[in-house]
Amino acid sequence: MITFLELLANGISVGTVYALIALGFVIIFKATEVLNFAHASLLLVGGFIIAKLHASVGFWLALLIGIAGAALVGALIEFLVIRRANVASHSVLAIATIGIDIVLTTELTREIGADVLALGDPWRDQVLHLGAVSIAQTRVAALVVATVLITAFLLAFKYTNWGIAMRATAEDSETAALMGVRRGRVSMGAWAIAGALAAVAALFLCVFPTPGLDRSTTFAAMKAFPAAILGGLDSTTGALVGGLIIGVTEALMSGYQNDMVFLGRGIGDVAPFLVMIVILLIRPAGLFGTRELARV
Amino acid sequence: MSRRTLLWSAVLLAAAVIAPFYLEGFWLQAGLFAMSAAVGAIGINLLTGATGQLSMGHAFFLAIGAYAYVYFASEPGQGGGHALAGLGLPTPVAAILAVVVAGVAGGVFSPIAGRLKGAYLGIATLALVFLGQHLLFNVEPVTGGFNGRAVPPMELFGLVFADSPALVVAQVPFGALERLWFLGLAVVVCAGLFARGVLRGRPGRAMNTIRDHEIAAGVMGVPVARYRAGVFVLSSMYGGLAGVLIALVFQRTVPEYFGLLLSLDYLAMIIIGGLGSVAGAVIGAVFISMLPQLLTRYSDALPLVAEPGSGGVSPAEAARILYGAAVVVIVLFLPGGLFGLAGRLRLPLGRRAAPVLATKTPSPDTRN
Repeated sequence: MITFLELLANGISVGTVYALIALGFVIIFKATEVLNFAHASLLLVGGFIIAKLHASVGFWLALLIGIAGAALVGALIEFLVIRRANVASHSVLAIATIGIDIVLTTELTREIGADVLALGDPWRDQVLHLGAVSIAQTRVAALVVATVLITAFLLAFKYTNWGIAMRATAEDSETAALMGVRRGRVSMGAWAIAGALAAVAALFLCVFPTPGLDRSTTFAAMKAFPAAILGGLDSTTGALVGGLIIGVTEALMSGYQNDMVFLGRGIGDVAPFLVMIVILLIRPAGLFGTRELARV
Repeated sequence: MSRRTLLWSAVLLAAAVIAPFYLEGFWLQAGLFAMSAAVGAIGINLLTGATGQLSMGHAFFLAIGAYAYVYFASEPGQGGGHALAGLGLPTPVAAILAVVVAGVAGGVFSPIAGRLKGAYLGIATLALVFLGQHLLFNVEPVTGGFNGRAVPPMELFGLVFADSPALVVAQVPFGALERLWFLGLAVVVCAGLFARGVLRGRPGRAMNTIRDHEIAAGVMGVPVARYRAGVFVLSSMYGGLAGVLIALVFQRTVPEYFGLLLSLDYLAMIIIGGLGSVAGAVIGAVFISMLPQLLTRYSDALPLVAEPGSGGVSPAEAARILYGAAVVVIVLFLPGGLFGLAGRLRLPLGRRAAPVLATKTPSPDTRN
């Protein structure tokens, strides 16, 4: 029972981190209708900046620079590629982001090489004891930070001018433009925010109990793709629920993998994708996604 | 087929037939990689280029083809410290079965492949790559686990596609590479002609209509979901065939090769070559599979590219960065890919301004 509670707590905490990544992915999709396959590499950019800078400028400043850096890269992608592309179809843009992903990931994994980079976080490997249940402090921090960020984002999305502009653009970008919403600014903002959220997620994907930032971090980040799609690509609620489902499934499957030897080693890494397939079989548009209806 | 294309095809084919008599091993091997890549790329171009369904799972079907061939063709035995299963079937039968198994695997995925469209399918097929890696590492009796398995050489009408027994044709020693060259060539030509037939015929029209306007396709009586699933199966069979070829060239299957990067390579191939056509797929396959090998071979002569392992940008990494950038540039500025560019350059200057066939861009998906 205690193992279960520990796994569940860990799963929820990792789940909120996945939710952060998925949220960025969904925001980009809502604002520009582009599926951003370069999202994992945005995350790598953030993590890499933090890892390289924390020794010289201290952790907190490095974190800020990392978040700003990832946001900048996101905004640059929007400015240099997405905005320039004059294509009828958004799937072509999705493929362009695959090209960006190849470039960024190759260069960053080359820089990282075979190293495992520490991010210099203040929590280290301390563990918090709640009765019999012990949880790593990093996990608690992840849960708190992710919850705060997500709440702040949802409130902003609902009440600020920026949020209203975003939602209007997502609803009907032409009409929004006619009403005076600057589309370029909205979509660049979406990319920048997605980058910043990814950088925060990078921090929590690379701290204890994970050894640090290494070349496999991109694969960890890819588990957020199923989170986004099983929740429904155009739904922020879906991103949150999807992230939690993925996080909890992964934690439970990894935790109990010794009882499920027949499934093979490392089933926890595949579980998110299996869950996605099962959910897509039942609901092709995801749990909270709007089913696309066409009137002829 | 116009007389011009016929002439060009004949010249290319003749060049490819005499090539193994003159080229050294390095080029033959590079060419064989390009051939197997071409088969796989034709398959994914049917799916992504012609029907507009993005697939990131092509590597999975290559893996199925490669490992199924090994499983069907090898005798049961010991390897890497554990028992390896095998059926010991004749190798041509094993190859055909491997392609069928890849098709069945694609069919099993069809409830998803038929219902999701465009880039959504791209994310769903990500699952296949990760699932595939998991299976390759864990189903050790069939896949050999981490160390992979040796591939039994193909044997067709008494001719073994291996270095022994020795064979000399026109005073050129014919080793495994030379023999496989002709097998690969035959497979590429057949695969290309078949795909061309599909694309030019009734199914091709239906696929293009689904890509360009799903509702219009449905209204005109095209069973959209069935077509999507069917093309997915066909493309996974092409993937399986490419897997068999690549296994024969490598002579050993290792799980790491069939990862996400391979899937991305295939997508890059069809974007760079040109979406929706057989020639585009072949051009892209040659480009992507030759680039890293060329950079490796001439790394000492090139600026910015370092020897592998010396800490600088290795040839493989340089190639990846180059074609990643090429994908972005081509999507932005050259929607027809290299094949489209060739078509555009062929036209006389005066007519270039007018909108002509080559400039019409196939797009992988049109949202309504």
